[in-house]
Amino acid sequence: MHYLYTSLLTLLLCTSAHAQNPTPAPEQSQPILITNATIHVGNGTVIENGSILFEDGRITQVGQNVGPDLVGTDAKQVDGAGKHVYPGLFALNSQLGLVEIDAVRATNDQREVGVVNPNARALIAFNTDSQVIPTVRSRGVLLAQATPEGGLVSGRSSVMQLDGWNFEDAGVGIDDGVHVNWPRRNSYDWQTGRLIENKKYEELVTALKSFLLEAAAYCGADRQGDRLTKLEAMCDAMSQTKNVYLHADEARDIQEGVTLLKKMGAKPVIVGGYQAYRVADFLKKEDVAVILSSTQALPNNQDDAIDQPFRNPALLAAAGVTFALSHEGTWQQRNIPFIAGQAVAFGLDYEAAITALTLTPAQITGVADRYGSLENGKSATLIVVSGDVLDMRTSEVEMAFIDGRMVDLSNKQSELAEKFREKFSRGR
Amino acid sequence: MLSTKTNHQARVFAFLTLLFTVFLCTGVRAQQTYPYNGVYDQRDGHYAFTNATIHVSPTRTIENGTLIIRRGKIVSVGSASGAVAGAVEVDLKGKHIYPSFIEPYGSYGMPEVKASEGSWNDPPQLLSNKDGAFSWNEALRSETDAAAVFTINKEDAKALREAGFGFVSTHHHDGISRGTAAVVSTAETTENEVLIKTGAAHHLSFSKGSSKQNYPTSRMGAMALLRQTYLDADWYGKQRGEETNLSIQAWTDAQDLPQIFEVDNWQDALRADLVGDEFSKQYVIKGGGDEFERLPAIKASGATLILPVTFPEAYDVTDPFAADIVTLGQLRQWERAPGNAAAVAEAGIPFMLTTDELKKMSDFAPALRKAIKAGLTPEQALAALTTSPAELLGISEMTGTLENGKLASFFITDKDYFSEEKAAIYQHWVQGNPYAIKDLEMVELEKEYRINVGNKTYVGKLSGEAGSQKMKVTTDSDTTGTDAKLNLSGGLISLAYQPKGEDGFYRLSGLADANGTYSGTGRDPQGKIITWSATPTGGTGDKDDEDKDDKESNDSIVGKLTYPNIAYGMLSQPQTGSFLIRNATVWTNESEGILENADVLIVDGKISGVGTGLNAGRATVIDGTGKHVTSGVIDEHSHIALTSVNESAQASSAEVRMEDVVDANDENIYRQLAGGVTVSQLLHGSANPIGGQSAIIKLRWGKTADEMLFEGADPFIKFALGENVKQSNWGDANRVRYPQTRMGVEQVFESYFSRAKEYGENVKAGRSQRRDLELETLLEILNSERFISCHSYQQGEINMLMKVAEKFGFRVNTFTHILEGYKVADKMAEHGAAGSTFSDWWAYKYEVNEAIPYNGAIMHEQGVLTAFNSDDAEMARRLNQESAKAVLFGGVSEEDAWKFVTLNPAKMLHLDDRVGSLKAGKDADVVVWSDHPMSIYAKAERTFVDGIEYFNRERDEELRGDIAEERNALIQKSLAAKNGGDKTQKPEGKMRRMLHCDSLEHSLGGHSH
Repeated sequence: MHYLYTSLLTLLLCTSAHAQNPTPAPEQSQPILITNATIHVGNGTVIENGSILFEDGRITQVGQNVGPDLVGTDAKQVDGAGKHVYPGLFALNSQLGLVEIDAVRATNDQREVGVVNPNARALIAFNTDSQVIPTVRSRGVLLAQATPEGGLVSGRSSVMQLDGWNFEDAGVGIDDGVHVNWPRRNSYDWQTGRLIENKKYEELVTALKSFLLEAAAYCGADRQGDRLTKLEAMCDAMSQTKNVYLHADEARDIQEGVTLLKKMGAKPVIVGGYQAYRVADFLKKEDVAVILSSTQALPNNQDDAIDQPFRNPALLAAAGVTFALSHEGTWQQRNIPFIAGQAVAFGLDYEAAITALTLTPAQITGVADRYGSLENGKSATLIVVSGDVLDMRTSEVEMAFIDGRMVDLSNKQSELAEKFREKFSRGR
Repeated sequence: MLSTKTNHQARVFAFLTLLFTVFLCTGVRAQQTYPYNGVYDQRDGHYAFTNATIHVSPTRTIENGTLIIRRGKIVSVGSASGAVAGAVEVDLKGKHIYPSFIEPYGSYGMPEVKASEGSWNDPPQLLSNKDGAFSWNEALRSETDAAAVFTINKEDAKALREAGFGFVSTHHHDGISRGTAAVVSTAETTENEVLIKTGAAHHLSFSKGSSKQNYPTSRMGAMALLRQTYLDADWYGKQRGEETNLSIQAWTDAQDLPQIFEVDNWQDALRADLVGDEFSKQYVIKGGGDEFERLPAIKASGATLILPVTFPEAYDVTDPFAADIVTLGQLRQWERAPGNAAAVAEAGIPFMLTTDELKKMSDFAPALRKAIKAGLTPEQALAALTTSPAELLGISEMTGTLENGKLASFFITDKDYFSEEKAAIYQHWVQGNPYAIKDLEMVELEKEYRINVGNKTYVGKLSGEAGSQKMKVTTDSDTTGTDAKLNLSGGLISLAYQPKGEDGFYRLSGLADANGTYSGTGRDPQGKIITWSATPTGGTGDKDDEDKDDKESNDSIVGKLTYPNIAYGMLSQPQTGSFLIRNATVWTNESEGILENADVLIVDGKISGVGTGLNAGRATVIDGTGKHVTSGVIDEHSHIALTSVNESAQASSAEVRMEDVVDANDENIYRQLAGGVTVSQLLHGSANPIGGQSAIIKLRWGKTADEMLFEGADPFIKFALGENVKQSNWGDANRVRYPQTRMGVEQVFESYFSRAKEYGENVKAGRSQRRDLELETLLEILNSERFISCHSYQQGEINMLMKVAEKFGFRVNTFTHILEGYKVADKMAEHGAAGSTFSDWWAYKYEVNEAIPYNGAIMHEQGVLTAFNSDDAEMARRLNQESAKAVLFGGVSEEDAWKFVTLNPAKMLHLDDRVGSLKAGKDADVVVWSDHPMSIYAKAERTFVDGIEYFNRERDEELRGDIAEERNALIQKSLAAKNGGDKTQKPEGKMRRMLHCDSLEHSLGGHSH
């Protein structure tokens, strides 16, 4: 048995040589055992002084007494004393891989023309060579739901692991659901600062309803006639094989949208959910999960509690609603641990916060058979952190594994830091 | 109103006929200079109005008085009674006469203002498109002379008269300088007669109106333009042969007139007053109707006010979810707006009233009575509508009261106009010209008549008001009755009705006798001529149709008035106190470092001691066990509490001041106090290389903008480089304004600083030159009297500005954003520039493609004074957490990293002698944290500014309950108002626009900081 640290150190020293994104890690070649760590399983339980063993990309043992039989084998051992192990974190509802630089149009692939685009697939546009991805990965985010935006129906998202060569080996939850944006009831005129009735609201709701009705009819029977790709793209959702992600913040939109989608036979998941706490009983009764938008946000209304976004997760947890956490944008996804930390500061149980970044996202997106928690038989997709991952004071991610492959945590930004520190070290 | 009971027949003076004649002869008194056609027939309009209650002036009323007019003027007013030889007598027993109201802020008879319908993707218009020798800026329209463009508009004149207005000071509501007003009457004779005064006032505003020219794009730009115009006028008067400018000429000519300034709200009122003060002008302020929120500040401005009577309608809050968007502040506005005039009067602030912004003139009387119901006295109201505007406009000699020699302009009502809900105007005489509104001879029928037609008997039951009474005809078998057609005219009555069960109409016509019994002839359903009579029965008439009495609505005020007047506002101005925070972990930011189990003593707004075992004296003791205490967070780059951010029209806007547009009503001030922020530098945006002058504020929640300014702070200015100033992300239309490349950006600085240098040399040499606010500001930079905070990203441009500065002999104080500072940190350290950066932002635009989160750490390592800032209302409230990212990325020590958001920005702002650390003698800007202040789990529990506790988390929890309760009370009141028949409006919210560096006033830019 030898220690991984030497090789890790070597790896770190070599990073300054990169000018490209790091090379995707090779398959796991030998068993890896992390010992004496605090293991956050992802399902709410914690194992103090725990160990975790994984082989061929799969977790084979987790617990307090793992590994004595490995002495003398070729297993690599990592001393996890004082460290925390978590499942790889999820970035739900993100444009990571779809947008490289916001203001450069040529690098924007998240929004297709038109209002109804269920056939558009984020999977296809997902750029595994995005320079943003390694920066996010280095903070423990190993899985992302690449999600299209815009219109009434934006398209379909896919769950991607963040160390891939191409969209095929990166995609681990392909076309996990279609994204529907509930129309806004009010429109904002920033010149006057007035929030007024959206005159197109009824028209948009009608358009959405009729599209869903037609999709349900199209998918329902052995249909003769032309192939209509937009309607066809709804069929998995209409049969509940895949989700319908309903982006809605207002309580009445959530209720109206969920009711409509259920009537159509679909399985809705709320995304946004600013006022979900107000209809918590309804969501519980309907068994609808919520992907909450970022806690690091301002209240939506002037009169709202100043910490309403901070408190929303704890409010949903107290009401027994299933929820996951999310954050906006692309590069910002590296801050997702802090989105959860903010929720803990405002009343959410710590392990519940971890679950909301790991197991619940995996369950919602349909990849929980492989990802989301540190349990036997699941993928060894996990991170080793020097301290508490949710607090930026200690959130130093030391190692990350995706399907047992040890991911290179260096990235363009760490390289640039090295480059210019090197410049200054040379003196003038 | 004449009643049939009081022998109305006896009082017939054929007045209606007379009136009719008068209408046909509008040329009664033609202008002196005009020739006439035909025989001389200039009648002198000699009338005596007798037995009236004459409201001579706000302070004098004559009961049973007589008013005599002749040749368009009042010749006598008094209590004498009896006939006047040669005068037509009009008996006004029971009626009231009021002097005509004067509208001080009208647009009657003006040409329409063409709305500017610019689109955000229009190419910019940099200069004026107006032909002629006028101002460079289309919004300066001083040359507009209302008198010259006025034309009579009969329809509008009628509406004004019917609302009580006999005179209007009218002007063209267009532009920042709108030119001069003219006072006109609402008579319909000729322009020559109705125009009674030209050059009545000079009108100003902050609004560009129809101008499509880009400058000014912002409020502070409008203010700067006004200041420069005062200076230009001064220069213009002295120069010879350099320029002829008709706008400036007109501006100069208008300076001795009353200066009336239109604003939308109390904060703008103070802004306007500020500009006026600088040039010794006391503006009359046409306000927004929210003055009640800050009466002391408004009073202190010394301004006379012109107040609107446009009160918000109640919100339709029936749908509980839809009602969510209506804020507490809006509900309070709805409740208190009608009481604004009363509150202003109570505070002793001189004011008058205007109909401006009313949807229609007929809304005026109900609005006026609402204001009176809310506490305005009839005397105050009458003065605000007559004597006060007359005095302002300099027409007191002509009108305002009903005194001898003044114009015969007055109106006649049936009841006290101010206190009686149903009082109506019957006639309005303007300059001696009568205009009938309602029939003075109107007959009011009794409530019930027995109608005998041949051998049949019916009962006619009346309902409604005089002039619009309705009759139902009932029979013994039909007590419900059928509607009759009823017409009263010239003393004649005509009736037509079809009783139930009969197959046709009775049509009757007749006259009344002295007892009020009508009789005459008519035709029955068969067409036979019959005689008939209708005798009063003394019955009570048709009650079903009587107007339902207005439900007595709840008039007590249920909402609060806070500072500012929105949710989370302060109930009273908070006082400074003495506090001892005991036994806490104290981050001193001084050589003492972090002290465990230490105390911080706050006395009289200052830190009086830091150490262990301090004596509390009379101070309130706060247990700090387990808590951390730090100095307040300082945000070097903020755009909260501002009404605008960018004056983006030109490459330089050095003349604009962010101090001008500090918005004390921004709830983000409170939210950021909850994040431990106590000082913010409010920067101009990054739309141009040379931005505007910064405002540094303390977050004194509840104070006015002026009171928030950090007193004695050094002046700063925003500069900017890169994509924003090149307008790279503004769309294809914006490829006109210089510069469009980084090459041009350098040349902008070269050019402006060269000019500023020459300007300074002229000043030094005492050579006369036009005062230029832009160059004066730049000269301050050259003289190291003003300091730059420069928005910057790429290393090349950072390097460039340092080189320009060195060439011109000054130092760039701070590079803000500075995302590639890590590439030139050594050069920055050598130059002496500080770096105020984001902790970890990147990838939002091309120039931040090499931004790294290690930037702060590397600059710090190289000896650059380093800070983290927000540029964002959301992030600012957790800058404490952001500081930890300097530890996470780059390994800065926690103590040093904490200074990134406290002491270091204080140093950058030259305020480290006042704030930034916990040291005896410094300002008591102190935060008590629940945890390690850099931890994600830390919450600011108490935030003090100047020793005043502006935020307390426990109090905040209580406030939420209070807000919910108050909201509910106001919503219940709104619902009651709706049920009581009040008009309502759809729920509509107010939402603050979150401003960033690149927030433009005229385009829909995305976020790219």
